[in-house]
Amino acid sequence: MSSKKIPELPIKPKTGFSRRGFMSGVGLGGGALGTGLLENEATAAPAPAVAGPGAVPITLTLNGKPVKVTVEPRVTLVDALRNYLDMTGAKRVCDRGTCGACTVIMNGKTVYSCTVLAIDAQGKNIETIEGLATGNNMHPVSKAFVDNDAQQCGYCTPGFVMACKGFLDEHPNPTAAEVNSGLGGNLCRCGTYMGIRKAVLQAASEMKGGKKNG
Amino acid sequence: MANTPDYSWPPMEKRKMIGQRFKRLDGPVKSTGRAKYSSDTRPKDLLFGAYLTSPHAHARVTSIDTSEAEKLPGVKAVHVAAPAGTEMQYQGWEIAGVAATTEEIAREATRKIKVDYEILPHFVNDEDLASAGSRAKQGGERVVGDPDKAFQQAEAVCEGQYGIPVVYHSCLEPHGQIIQWRPGTEANNAGDQIMVWPSTQNVPAYAGDLGTRLKVPANNIKVKMDYIGGGFGSKFNPDAWAIVGAELSKKAGGRPVHLYLDRATEQMIGGNRPSAYSKIKVGGKKDGTITAFEAFTWGTGGFAAVNPAAQPYIMTKIPNIRETRTPVSTNTGTQRAWRAPGNQQASYLTCCAIEDFAHKVGMDPLEVFKVNAQYATADARVPLYRYQLDKAAELAEWKKLWKPRGQNGNGPIKRGLGIGWSAWGGMGHPSQCRTVINPDGTVSIEIGTQDLGTGTRTIITQVAAETLGLQMGQVKLVIGTNDLPPDGGSGGSTTVGGVSTSTRKSTVNALAKLFETVAPALGTEPDQLEAVDGNIRVKGTPSKSMTWVAACRKLGTNKISEMGTFNGRDGGNLLTQGAGGVQIADVSVDTETGIVKMNRYVAVADCGMVINPRLAESQVYGAIIMGIGTALFEERVIDVPTGRTLNPDMEWYKLAGIADVGNIIVHMDIRKENDDRGIIGLGEPPAIPICAAVGNAVTNAIGVRVPNIPMTPDHVLAALEGRKA
Repeated sequence: MSSKKIPELPIKPKTGFSRRGFMSGVGLGGGALGTGLLENEATAAPAPAVAGPGAVPITLTLNGKPVKVTVEPRVTLVDALRNYLDMTGAKRVCDRGTCGACTVIMNGKTVYSCTVLAIDAQGKNIETIEGLATGNNMHPVSKAFVDNDAQQCGYCTPGFVMACKGFLDEHPNPTAAEVNSGLGGNLCRCGTYMGIRKAVLQAASEMKGGKKNG
Repeated sequence: MANTPDYSWPPMEKRKMIGQRFKRLDGPVKSTGRAKYSSDTRPKDLLFGAYLTSPHAHARVTSIDTSEAEKLPGVKAVHVAAPAGTEMQYQGWEIAGVAATTEEIAREATRKIKVDYEILPHFVNDEDLASAGSRAKQGGERVVGDPDKAFQQAEAVCEGQYGIPVVYHSCLEPHGQIIQWRPGTEANNAGDQIMVWPSTQNVPAYAGDLGTRLKVPANNIKVKMDYIGGGFGSKFNPDAWAIVGAELSKKAGGRPVHLYLDRATEQMIGGNRPSAYSKIKVGGKKDGTITAFEAFTWGTGGFAAVNPAAQPYIMTKIPNIRETRTPVSTNTGTQRAWRAPGNQQASYLTCCAIEDFAHKVGMDPLEVFKVNAQYATADARVPLYRYQLDKAAELAEWKKLWKPRGQNGNGPIKRGLGIGWSAWGGMGHPSQCRTVINPDGTVSIEIGTQDLGTGTRTIITQVAAETLGLQMGQVKLVIGTNDLPPDGGSGGSTTVGGVSTSTRKSTVNALAKLFETVAPALGTEPDQLEAVDGNIRVKGTPSKSMTWVAACRKLGTNKISEMGTFNGRDGGNLLTQGAGGVQIADVSVDTETGIVKMNRYVAVADCGMVINPRLAESQVYGAIIMGIGTALFEERVIDVPTGRTLNPDMEWYKLAGIADVGNIIVHMDIRKENDDRGIIGLGEPPAIPICAAVGNAVTNAIGVRVPNIPMTPDHVLAALEGRKA
């Protein structure tokens, strides 16, 4: 008859587990993560001053605009967006860098925002789904998702749209095989991949002509 | 009105909206990230919740101390769900919830709750029936005909054991809700008020259930949900976390509380599909006719006994059957309905046995499936299955590509094809709809349903626009709250039949009222009018017409408000039930690595009248892709000695990705004779046969039966080496 204290719970994997350490560790072999961590970001960033443990004011550059928010250093970027800034397009699903539902674009690279600390995202140009449309005009990727019914419940969709956008920025003329590998870092449970494959190719064709950033 | 209105669907060739491939109406709001799911809702003064659950598969709480958690700055409420003395029967059992000003503080507070446990013996190994002891309780033996005699007389007999494990629903939006419980005031005798934003498949019934459990009148409970991030059968009633969330809100003075399961807890207790294992013996003739079927089936749905899948699947009229079903109680999270409950397991077990019997008698399994379709429960399905088998075979190039076992190439990569089949009801549920036509010509359709991403919004709007002769944009649809005319829960493929029938009736009734108003102005009787292309006109004399807006203006100051009700039974020819379907998997297996690759997957999807083929196809694609995940990768893994769940996540519990699913060909079987059946729900049927088809294809490819789903390299290589995985 044993007695266990809560911090030993195996189902709370974040206990005693540093996200930053995780990032650095994975960053060295970053190719393992589909849409991936930023190797350069993780290794090249200067050692940050010690912040916290209490809440600290930070400034995030979101869709081109500086946004001030006060968060504890342990707050992830996805939680900062969703819980502190009411930007709920990015979804928190697996919360550990597997499913891609929280995908945003940071300094031109797609990242899982659940594996980025908000304080570490300062000074980076962060694009979220909220900034993708131009006025009332949907971004070609969003439009292609609608046109090809590449969504059902839609909970994975914002992450997928951002992953597609990031992918197409780097691969403007993708082959079908490149689509499959380039979007392997996002998961959908309703099973919309057939529509997504078509949507990426449609968006690629519509984005040609220099309209780089929708 | 003198006569009962004619609610029947317009003939196929006259339809303007029904049958069109409209894009889903909520597509833009979803693909731009603007759709607010329940978990995205941020009401004023919101608190964030976190959950403490049992780390043990079986334990008793001997003491619980929340004082440290309560002292943490920012914590506003702590609620204990498992007080000292509580016996917890699975890992993930709810112990306590915390509400705090931030989610980080709430999570930290759960770690400060001190719990002492008395560890109790656990049992988690559902596959090993021999070790289950008293945890397995065999039900009665079901015998049809004389199976012993039939097996003696059989020209061929084959035996096998097949298994399909527990899998997680893995809804991307976890289970949970935002809930606000405000105390009533004695002054106005208002009573307690609850506002809840749940992630649920059952908006209309949610309040009643919640009210009973919280002892708050359902009248005082308001439920709202615009979007849900996946349910698949696992999100109907208010769960323990709704009660915990409500108590936290009340304790926090009525502030709303956001309480959703974290991913590990979601996987462990948010829903899973029961396992099924079966020892099956099939006897029959050399021409492939099965004459005797015996199945001893067991499986687990968690701690409570849940009967495993019934056998044989579809071929219920085999003349000689012996069957037992043994529920196994395990210390694991409780099963929930999964898109066609019990059917994936049943289809897999039976289809494996058919394929093995075909091999035994040296026949093409396609022919053996066709021969034994004679035993389908409903006579009408016999020719339909044969038609679907032939159609699927044609699309999969079966005749060209299928080879007997052992003849699938000399290199390490072997190609194989396999068949699975399905049967489902899909009758519409009871549903009510209100149509309001305003004097300014605007129209609203009000119905207390929900759109799970199946396209419910879009198809209701199509039906309404069809009846009223309007365009999609001219009909405003209101769904998603519990104060609307009640629809049912969205499960069992019952929604499309229910909502389209009530919407059709409601819009026909409302239109009849409009006809009564405008008939005099057009110099005719109401029953001589029709609504077409935005006009009300005299049948046969299109020149005698007025625009929709002009017609509505004649209402003066009175709007039309008409109900349409489907009671679940008397839908006439508007809807029916009974969908089959045949699917064929085409795979390549690397016999050196055991890796299975999907080449092509063909589905012949049975259907009735299809309102929107684009969305119907999406349902089928989605069902297959979800099924491919379960066929190739998905399996709950629990460590037997410790009872700990090893993969309550999304990296070691692997869903299919975009590169894993191969090419999928969906043939919606839209034909006049199917259209005449009316609406039949189709979310379920295509989700059934994937494990069966893929399992049989892998077996065909490598020449030996791989008994257990999923078709992982481990299972494939074990079968090739003749060992038990």
